[in-house]
Amino acid sequence: MISLEVVYVLMGLMTAGVAVVDLLDRTRPRRYSNALFWGCYAVTFLAGSRLPPVVTGTLVIVMALVPSVRKLAPAPPEAATPAEREASAARWGNWLFIPALTIPAVTLLGTLTLGHIRVGGRPLVEAREVTLVSLALAIVCALVVAMAMLRPGRAAPVTEARRLLDAVGWAAVLPQLLAALGAVFALAGVGQAVTTVVERWIPLDTPFAAVAAFTVGMAIFTMIMGNAFAAFPVMTAGIGLPLIVHRFGGDVVIMAAVGMLSGFCGTLMTPMAANFNIVPAALLELPNENDVIKVQIPTGLLLLVTNTAIMYLFVYR
Amino acid sequence: MDLLPLIGIAVVVAGFALRLNPLLVVVVAALVTGVAAGHSLGDVVGALGTAFVDSRSVAIVWLALPVIGLLERAGLKERARTVISGIRVATTGRLLLVYMALRQITAALGLTSLGGHAQMVRPLVAPMAEAAAESRWGEPSMRTRFRIRAHAAAVDNVGVFFGEDIFIAIGSILLIRGFLEQNGILVTPTSLALWAIPTAVAAFVIHGARLFLLDRSLRATIARERAAAPAEGDGALVTAEAERA
Repeated sequence: MISLEVVYVLMGLMTAGVAVVDLLDRTRPRRYSNALFWGCYAVTFLAGSRLPPVVTGTLVIVMALVPSVRKLAPAPPEAATPAEREASAARWGNWLFIPALTIPAVTLLGTLTLGHIRVGGRPLVEAREVTLVSLALAIVCALVVAMAMLRPGRAAPVTEARRLLDAVGWAAVLPQLLAALGAVFALAGVGQAVTTVVERWIPLDTPFAAVAAFTVGMAIFTMIMGNAFAAFPVMTAGIGLPLIVHRFGGDVVIMAAVGMLSGFCGTLMTPMAANFNIVPAALLELPNENDVIKVQIPTGLLLLVTNTAIMYLFVYR
Repeated sequence: MDLLPLIGIAVVVAGFALRLNPLLVVVVAALVTGVAAGHSLGDVVGALGTAFVDSRSVAIVWLALPVIGLLERAGLKERARTVISGIRVATTGRLLLVYMALRQITAALGLTSLGGHAQMVRPLVAPMAEAAAESRWGEPSMRTRFRIRAHAAAVDNVGVFFGEDIFIAIGSILLIRGFLEQNGILVTPTSLALWAIPTAVAAFVIHGARLFLLDRSLRATIARERAAAPAEGDGALVTAEAERA
């Protein structure tokens, strides 16, 4: 039985390794900040399922304070010089793509097969965990292939993980923390409060006004929450069902499907959707964390207008 | 009706506007919201801890970093550049369009984890997009390279967002169905997925058109940079020599 818990242990070992490499690197300033940050993160993976919630909550607060008090140290320089990399690229040629493409290939294979394998009457992998377990398995396979092929020395996976993880920095944790914020918001009843505001202060007395308020509201609320899934129940209970469907007689399927996609337009335009927008800016070493969002805003706005038109044209037919 | 929980949203908006560290902004927003809703601070810290641990699956993609790092050290980006320079029809926009189409189609088949910024964009798509511009129009400035990379990240997002909803078992479709069921309305996943198609087509057309325009803009920008660069360099040299004199 392979569960996500195994994958979390791997994540914990990797982040713990990064913390140790950071700690032992005497050549760079602020190494203790980085070691503390990744060390706390490692604990949430290794022991998160067993620790009392208040302890993990405190670890999260420490992780938020460390980079706020003093910036984390930037990524260390690459281990190989450009000339060495060119020489290596010429030597290996297209073989270099094999480990990289092992990741999507094994993920695909795992997604299609793992759910059907049963050991002793029980599924080898829980159905809802198949995709993520496949991805993790694929990454491990790719690592084995790359190590066998390149023989870079035993410490190389950890030092390379450290180079890239320090390049991404605190942004690596932001998506997970935002998901946690969504859960706290739900607990505190933020959704109902927003519905109250919308119902009380926005006039929605024509079919078009209801559609526009719903699509634009989905996009804006998604931008605030960083997630269309959080916005959908609130906006649909507030505008979609009572006005578009019940008062004006709109089609429930079109309202729901196009409404959700209007939320996705908001996802393209907000730093709150950190895993899609802030993390790639860090991964690609862009100078401004909002550079990816800037590129996506025109598409997001044009598509929001298109969605509003699609819904208005078809929902009342 | 109690509007006090909305204070958390105000904290988020203000924090991001003031450019404070986002981790701190989010933690403060969570604590303030929970306390405003009448929970004790200890309970809210615990709820934050539980929610953080429950969301660990979001971070699994980082597991790819050791492999990606090893391959980069062995020259993967350099090889990706060489390959794309050898394809004569390749331009930045066309390459990104092909990747977006692949991402959209595979996501529509439910294979959303085949792409991604860590596994595909950083090691392969972004270096190829930069190399396509380089071999066709000449060496771009760092600023232009950043612009190309941002576009490489964007096609991954647009492709997956407006492809995945065509797959009937994806999270958002299940959420819609579950929510409507709670409200006493039964809908089939197939009908929801069907109504994701018009937007998927629109997304491909709109973003595809922007990629077409990107090619034209890159050609003009790089030509301008190359025309300006030598003169600028000479100018700097002359000034430096003048200062020395």
